Amino acid sequence: MPELLQFLLSGITVGAVYALVALGFTIIYNASDVVNFAQGEFVMLGGMITFFAHAAGLPLPLAALIAIIVTAAIGVALNKLAIEPARGAPVVSLIIITIGASIFIRGATQLVFDKQLHRFPAFSGDQPILIGGATILPQSLWVIAGALAVFICLWLFFTRTLIGRAVLATANNRVAAQLVGINTNYVMTLSFAMSAAIGALAGVLVTPITLTGYDVGLALALKGFAAAMLGGMGNPKGALVGGLLLGVLEAMTAGYVSSQYKDAAAFVVILAVLFAMPQGLFGRKSTDRV
Amino acid sequence: MRLSSKVTTLLILAAVIAIAPVFFPSSYYFRVGSLIFVNGLAVTGLVILIGYAGQISLGHAGFAGIGAYACALAPVHLGLHPALAALLGALLSAAIAYLVGRPILRLKGYYLAVASLGFGILVSMVLSNEAQLTGGPDGMAVPELGLRAVLKAIGIDLSNTEFWYAFSGLVLVIGAWLALNLYHSPTGRALRALHGSEVAARTVGVDVAHYKLVAFVISAVYASVSGSLLALQNKFITPDVAGFMHSIEMVTMTVLGGAGSVLGAILGAAILTTLPQVLTIFQEYEQLMLGLVMMLVMIFMREGLLPSIARRIRGRAE
Amino acid sequence: MKFALTTTALALILAAPALADIKIGATISETGPASFLGDPEAKTLKLLVEEINAAGGVNGEKLELVIYDDGGDPNKARTFATRLVEDDEVVAVIGGTTTGTSMAIIPVFEDAEVPFISLAGAIEIIDPVKPYTFKTPHTDRMACAKIFEDMKKNAITKIGMISGSDGFGASMHKQCLSIVGDYGIEVLADETYGPTDADMTPQLTNIKGKEGIQAVLNPGFGQGPAIVTRNYAQLAVGLPLYQSHGVASDGFIELAGAEAAEGVRLPGTALLVAKLLPESDPQRAVVTAYKDAYEKATGKPVSTFGGYAHDALRILVDAITRAGSAEPSDIRDAIEATKGLVGTTGTVTMTAEDHLGLDLSAFRMLQIEKGGWKIVE
Repeated sequence: MPELLQFLLSGITVGAVYALVALGFTIIYNASDVVNFAQGEFVMLGGMITFFAHAAGLPLPLAALIAIIVTAAIGVALNKLAIEPARGAPVVSLIIITIGASIFIRGATQLVFDKQLHRFPAFSGDQPILIGGATILPQSLWVIAGALAVFICLWLFFTRTLIGRAVLATANNRVAAQLVGINTNYVMTLSFAMSAAIGALAGVLVTPITLTGYDVGLALALKGFAAAMLGGMGNPKGALVGGLLLGVLEAMTAGYVSSQYKDAAAFVVILAVLFAMPQGLFGRKSTDRV
Repeated sequence: MRLSSKVTTLLILAAVIAIAPVFFPSSYYFRVGSLIFVNGLAVTGLVILIGYAGQISLGHAGFAGIGAYACALAPVHLGLHPALAALLGALLSAAIAYLVGRPILRLKGYYLAVASLGFGILVSMVLSNEAQLTGGPDGMAVPELGLRAVLKAIGIDLSNTEFWYAFSGLVLVIGAWLALNLYHSPTGRALRALHGSEVAARTVGVDVAHYKLVAFVISAVYASVSGSLLALQNKFITPDVAGFMHSIEMVTMTVLGGAGSVLGAILGAAILTTLPQVLTIFQEYEQLMLGLVMMLVMIFMREGLLPSIARRIRGRAE
Repeated sequence: MKFALTTTALALILAAPALADIKIGATISETGPASFLGDPEAKTLKLLVEEINAAGGVNGEKLELVIYDDGGDPNKARTFATRLVEDDEVVAVIGGTTTGTSMAIIPVFEDAEVPFISLAGAIEIIDPVKPYTFKTPHTDRMACAKIFEDMKKNAITKIGMISGSDGFGASMHKQCLSIVGDYGIEVLADETYGPTDADMTPQLTNIKGKEGIQAVLNPGFGQGPAIVTRNYAQLAVGLPLYQSHGVASDGFIELAGAEAAEGVRLPGTALLVAKLLPESDPQRAVVTAYKDAYEKATGKPVSTFGGYAHDALRILVDAITRAGSAEPSDIRDAIEATKGLVGTTGTVTMTAEDHLGLDLSAFRMLQIEKGGWKIVE
């Protein structure tokens, strides 16, 4: 039995990482119907900037704060310089623009920082916590708590605040939103800033576990994207459940079936879910218009 | 005379392929040229899927992988001639595309993107995990096509790079010709109708699911043949050919040059194949520049390079 | 005006590199999944060429290095290889960071008859011997042999393996399995992980749960082994952990954390333990000089991989010097006649049958203790 529990804890840890990335996807998608493939680079920037600020002598919390603010600013710049000018472009163009942005950010990071792998210390030590014969690191609890906290904040934001509803309204119908007096440009800027900040926060939380380097973003973006689609794009609940499900699925496959094909198992399940529910587990229903 | 006319496109393509070598200072340029043609072929298939039918795929490198490994494996295990192996790969790709396409193509937009991405990742995972068969991530050797020796016997002596330039160029012209024929056929019209609006196409009696599947299968065959050509040319293959980045590269070439036009997409292939070679002068700034070019073209030339330029020229002429 | 033009033209001619320069090429994976290996390799080549030129070049001629970044993609590497041979017309090429890129470009050099020194691990590169292909790193099989020898010495007969599924891990995994029987060792558990995985506790839990396992071996490079080492400590597996030469750098201890890495054993090169070598060790002077120069120029700790590039360039320069000519075929013959050349990986003596020229003594069994290295033999 301890094995099962260990697999589960591992899956939840990794799943919380995916969930954090997927939650970042959610906000931008909600505001603009854009899936931002540069989301993984925000996570990478969060980790890298924190590491280098910390290495330069700043205390860890301050370094993390700087990383989140700088990344949020980069998110806003991405929106202003690349997404806004391309408004109305088809899905495939937007995919290429955001992938271009991610290559650009990666290229800039390797120039500004370096191409080595890095890690900074865990927030509350490395002493494993024993739970019924299985172990979990304190940092994993930080990641899980982070994912839950971001989820709750987003859920409250989208359902309880005026501005959150304005974001949803903008995604639904930009012109109508403008007509009822919503400043859609502001909404877009805000959602990119939030999304980038959440990505950077994810980077800060996970780096002590997963390590960071200039090219870790793409893999994270792919897994986060898959998790978000599994749960249903645009729904914070979907991002959280999708992420955790994906993580647990991988851990269970690695533990009980074959560690070689754990990623394959994850994608097979995603395909199966999408065939049965084309909008993901909690996705919005959409109807075609002529 | 209109730019989109079939004959003009083919003439331009054939003329460029035939005349370009005059300006090549060394045989390295033949190598770059043949890579452009190999990519151009895959991209022509994607024009049918993305440009004609309006669907998206982030997993077509998976089919290129099937085509490439067919050429590596079938000669060794089945004793097939490499050319027949390529054909087998194309048939296999078509069959797999048919089976996978049915459920996948019911999805739309980003959901289709993630499903096709999953398919591509599955293929590349099998190729790198089944190491006994495929040599794993380190790859495996591919046998010689043998056509060069035949040509030499009848008096046409080409160097390796020259031969592959000519041969891939020829295959590309044939591929482009087939794609252009398709465009003007009833199937092509049906595809364009469903690109405009699936609901509208359905109401006028187009079997939407069927035609999407047709486009998917055809584009898979193009990708597979392109993978085979790459494998035979390099005589060595690794799972990278089926990787996610290769899928993205293919889609980017298509859209960058102009997904609606065969010539445009091939231009896109030419630019993105040459770009890394040109960008070497920027050294560490290479990636930075590549990302920048991708963003700028897609922001300022939404229909892709060639259609945007053509429109601008036409606009000035009128 | 005319005078000004003439002087400018003259100045340009004078400033242009002399035609007699010796042009050498390199295609390295500076970016991409193998950048962890390629980055120090490229930095080393640039650094050393500068150093050699500052000291007067080779046979009185300056070296010119043409270096391309293939991003770890064999297809790109092949194009750059063609470019180096056909367009840049270099006399020799160093590179092929990974086995995949090396294997893809070997035919180009064999066809063009240009000597090529690979920096990748797999034995296939030099076995069977190809006339123009050489390599500097020990083969994966030698690393496996070194590890199994140490296990045998410690009476370990049953082990678990956890390998990276990238090229490096998969290749070493294969080589280890092919010789493990010769040492009377049995592999009871055989797990893998992806190169970007964040947690390996499920695999390690399975290994831990297998009855009778006495030690664990982890072939891999990059972040994977660091995470394996951390998870290993987290699960308190409590058995000896062997890593591969893929993580032989100070950076690994930093990533895994000194506490988790305590007691980890791996086959490393003299480069890592420059300061611990006895004065009499022939490698001491070479590795110390390279280590100091690299760390001063880049501010990063040296790694085994940069050392491979160092050795490749030294072998090449030594061959050109002895050949007294920059003709590719003369260089090839001279490389094959390399004798007693002391590099960072070991002392290289090549023959027509051996295009690597290293034996097992090149490896040193190292153990991590209190965040530093200790030689254990």
